Amino acid sequence: MKYALFLGCTIPVRSQNYEMSAREVAKKLGIDFVDIEDFSCCGFPVKSSSVEASLVLAARNLAIAAEKKLTICTLCNACTGVLTEANKELNENKALREKVNDKLGSIDKEFKKGVKIRHFSRILYEDVGLEKLKEMVKRDLSSLKVSVHYGCHYERPKELYDDFDDPENPKSLDKLVEATGARSIDYKDKLDCCGGAILGVQEDIALEMAKNKLDNITAIKLEMAKHKLDNVSVKKVDALITQCPFCSIMYEDNRRKIESKFNVQYNDLPVLFYPQLLGLAMGLDTKQLGFRLNKIKATGLLQRLGLE
Amino acid sequence: MIDSKKLDPNFKFEVSKEIGGENIKHCFSCGTCTVGCPVREIDDKYNPRKIIRMVLLGMRERVLKSDFIWLCSMCYTCYDRCPQGVHLTDIMTALKNIAVREGYIHPAFKEQARLVGTFGRLYEVEDFDNKKRNKLGLPPVKKTFHDVAKLLKDSDLKELIK
Repeated sequence: MKYALFLGCTIPVRSQNYEMSAREVAKKLGIDFVDIEDFSCCGFPVKSSSVEASLVLAARNLAIAAEKKLTICTLCNACTGVLTEANKELNENKALREKVNDKLGSIDKEFKKGVKIRHFSRILYEDVGLEKLKEMVKRDLSSLKVSVHYGCHYERPKELYDDFDDPENPKSLDKLVEATGARSIDYKDKLDCCGGAILGVQEDIALEMAKNKLDNITAIKLEMAKHKLDNVSVKKVDALITQCPFCSIMYEDNRRKIESKFNVQYNDLPVLFYPQLLGLAMGLDTKQLGFRLNKIKATGLLQRLGLE
Repeated sequence: MIDSKKLDPNFKFEVSKEIGGENIKHCFSCGTCTVGCPVREIDDKYNPRKIIRMVLLGMRERVLKSDFIWLCSMCYTCYDRCPQGVHLTDIMTALKNIAVREGYIHPAFKEQARLVGTFGRLYEVEDFDNKKRNKLGLPPVKKTFHDVAKLLKDSDLKELIK
């Protein structure tokens, strides 16, 4: 299994723990990541200003992948969405393709049909498969309870993602969590957006969106106690699992700001990238998985596993 | 009060010519978009149904000069749920694109366009970043993409990245 690794803008400078853990997990699973220095911004940040400019940027990256004859593996949901959408539009719309290729001609690039884009989590879910992941488990995570946040562009809009999961009731990331041995705990308004895309437009609204999610995740304890849903000893969720660098920025980097602005406390609920959790299950050490770079330390969780 | 003399009946056609704006006239104002909107839940100054209605009525200046078109978080919830396939997320993008051409860009997006147009990335990568990556066992990343800068200088964003 060989993929062109598409890092995007945020991961290489702000979420190196995501990148480190994804690379380590991939290595262990026999996935070959090819680094391509020429991959630039996906185009998402300029889409609101100019769809055409965004398409040209996306097409430039897709052209590079086509030259290498490789499927793109993304780690960021926004990169996934913009590249997949551009790929679909340029495949289907000849006039648009010619217009974009005319622009790309000035830098000796050409968009060609046939490139595929896959988020790393989807590769784990579809190409590696849950059974193989379960076979790789070396460390017992059954004492952990986590909640997942899918992030918007992972499966929406539906028309871009070949029905690999149901965007109104997604299960794929929950299943990936359960494959590690940890439990995935449901919560209210699971599909709600992190607010990241409007953080720079109106911070108040974006932070409140992130706050509502953190409220819902940490409220599970009360709900479960109240309804006595099952026999699980009622304890707080140990971590929030994300698969997009910007969602993580909303829930982790902005945590203190949210807590002081709304006068709330989330008891240092850690935010882990899915490959960090998977890496733990596969027996990798916390240094390899970049745990030192998590801004909210996962000390309690790691202690429970005898790792700190 | 809406003054019908100030309305621009061509606005909806203008929007429908944009990439992603094609389906605006399919809207029958059911409000499914607004009910599921996570931004609207927090602040009702962002109301997708109302924005579409304003476009269909031809309230061109009000819409393009507004703050609210910039508040869509692009979560695509309304896009998937709309029974008429209006593709609201894309309509909001189309409105923002027209607003930019009319000189009403939000400063956050102006800065993003400048950064991407200068470096080919949303963040400027310093030597420090690559040193840190090296210490972590990660390969260096390219700091500036001159070909991306060239592409954007040849796009409709050229004025923004001077």
